[in-house]
Amino acid sequence: MISRRDFLQATVAASALWGASGVGNWGRLAAQQALTQDKLLEFEDYGNVTLIHITDIHAQMKPIWFREPEINLGVGEVNGLPPHVTGADFLKLFNIETGSPHAYALTYPDFEGLAKGYGRMGGLDRCATVIKAIRAARPDALLLDGGDTWQGSLTAERTKGQDMVNVMNALKPDAMTSHWEFTLGIDRVTEIVEGLDFPFLGANIFDAEWDEPAYEPYKMFEVGGAQVAVIGQAFPYLPIANPKWMFPNLSFGVREERMAEVVQEVRDAGADLVVVLSHNGFDVDRKMAGNVEGIDVILTGHTHDALPEPVMVGQTLMIASGSNGKFISRVDLDVQNGQMLGFRHKLIPIFSDVIEPDAEVAGLIDAEREPFKAELEEVLGTTDSLLYRRGNFNGTWDDLICNALIDEHQADIALSPGFRWGPSLLPGDSITREDLHNATAMSYPAAYRSEMTGGTLHTILEDVADNLFNPDPYYQQGGDMVRVGGMGYHIDVSKPQGSRITNMTMLKTGEAVDPAKTYVVAGWASVNEGTEGPAIWDLVEGWIKKQGTVTVDPNTSVQVTGA
Amino acid sequence: MTITRRDALAIGFGGLAAATLPMPAFAATVEELIAEFSGGAEIGSGGLTLTAPEIAENGNTVPIGVDAPGAVSIMILATGNPTPPVATFNFGPAAGSQAASTRIRLAKTQDVVALAKMADGSVVQATSTVKVTIGGCGG
Repeated sequence: MISRRDFLQATVAASALWGASGVGNWGRLAAQQALTQDKLLEFEDYGNVTLIHITDIHAQMKPIWFREPEINLGVGEVNGLPPHVTGADFLKLFNIETGSPHAYALTYPDFEGLAKGYGRMGGLDRCATVIKAIRAARPDALLLDGGDTWQGSLTAERTKGQDMVNVMNALKPDAMTSHWEFTLGIDRVTEIVEGLDFPFLGANIFDAEWDEPAYEPYKMFEVGGAQVAVIGQAFPYLPIANPKWMFPNLSFGVREERMAEVVQEVRDAGADLVVVLSHNGFDVDRKMAGNVEGIDVILTGHTHDALPEPVMVGQTLMIASGSNGKFISRVDLDVQNGQMLGFRHKLIPIFSDVIEPDAEVAGLIDAEREPFKAELEEVLGTTDSLLYRRGNFNGTWDDLICNALIDEHQADIALSPGFRWGPSLLPGDSITREDLHNATAMSYPAAYRSEMTGGTLHTILEDVADNLFNPDPYYQQGGDMVRVGGMGYHIDVSKPQGSRITNMTMLKTGEAVDPAKTYVVAGWASVNEGTEGPAIWDLVEGWIKKQGTVTVDPNTSVQVTGA
Repeated sequence: MTITRRDALAIGFGGLAAATLPMPAFAATVEELIAEFSGGAEIGSGGLTLTAPEIAENGNTVPIGVDAPGAVSIMILATGNPTPPVATFNFGPAAGSQAASTRIRLAKTQDVVALAKMADGSVVQATSTVKVTIGGCGG
């Protein structure tokens, strides 16, 4: 029988059997344990190779609240498969007790109540403690950063990512890959990358003019007597989902044939283990794992999923390590003669009140924040409502932003992008400038005011919906659904592009949106060069200060079917 | 004799004659174009690789590659464009490989179709959907 403690261990052959059904008994023992640092870190070393995975930190150096999604739909073949399982279904699937620390860390139900009991999560000083503890046991463990590291806070925005670069350098990653990094602009990325002590990998990043590889595709490491190849895969749709004028000479894409070539290349070069450090997103990685032979482990990122057990695709192990510094995955592997014989895995939740901060990294974080301290801490107002973003449709943070856009720009309709980043706030929390920037900080923040016909709005919603709900993951381009204020609609996610969105209705009047009529639309984060308007954080700050206390009413304006 | 890189390139391309087709004013349908190319031969699959991005980064210049070892001719059609024919590549006996790449403009999301005619007259087809999106919101 397969033996398990609070982590998973199995031979790969056996895993494939139960891996198909998805899940085991991960939570039961974990829930019974007292929450101590020793218990959180407890791990019996296994095999000869250790991987440490952290991803999608979004510049969150300090502990945060982060509510996991309530709605995370999968379409087509992945409907109902992890990570498209939330709330009570997630708890049931992974056998996690309601109200337990892991229920708080991994799901949304009773988030407010559990947050008060278990405290904030994350903090790179706590992550440092975990990483150092793993390295104490396994000195040659590889620390691999899945990207979306240098963007997402006021300090990262002001320092053009330098604060995160400095703090991450102290953690000594062995490699990283990328997505939002490129929204700093190609010149800044080049400047940072030239100074890194570790490779910035991207097998799928090409020079757009010459169609030649633009970054190192992989790096070979010797770990525990095995040759471990780490291949980088950057976010495939950067020039579409983010402003391509910021990195005009680069081309991305899934490039499945290229991945197959690089896997072959590293095998020919003697790799015993092939690891893909990916920012593809879970469903894209799942498809790639099935189509490309020879990948042993995919450390997946981008879609912010945290899974307490690996998902097996054939013989490939998929590891999803969450976001915002909430989790670190440790994967121990037994690698012999070019084969992965077994693994032991643990998704380590970073409970900030339980894990002792590492003094050196805590000092470094304080030093990075010091010049901005007064700005960060200024209280703009208070929230009466739970503020969160993550989920396929509207979250309350975006409802707040849309309300501010409509009021300040005197608009009929507001659009807010479906980003997955942005931590949460609890009812009664002060909203500091830091909190607002955590939900908005990026390099193309102009809050525009423009006019669009109802027909154009429909086209936009259909286009974005197809980027999320196309049944083929390779055609899913990026974020969650664009968030809409002032207008409601019905979406049937099972329909093809062009017929998903119906019943577009103006909320104020209850009138149907007229395809021929022109509406005033406010929004932010346009990918078009030359977009004009105040920075979204300035617009929302002014609005919050006027409100004093902010209340976000329950939003039922999006009706979803077909899931 | 030394062969410079430029000479080598010239030799390599000697066997490849590419003709970009400014199509006649009458718009032939995709079905008609396929029928004309295949000459009525049954259309199979396999032996032809069509490489195209899943989502175009720029619909005005989408990189497309075709590779069909042993082909004498490869035709590329953009089925959703007002004028579907993109190019037909003819390979002579001296061609080092039967592969070509080009960049094409796609008006909207559509299927790009490639057909390869082999030396024995058989014809194979490969199809790839390329999405042209207005983008944004990646997150």
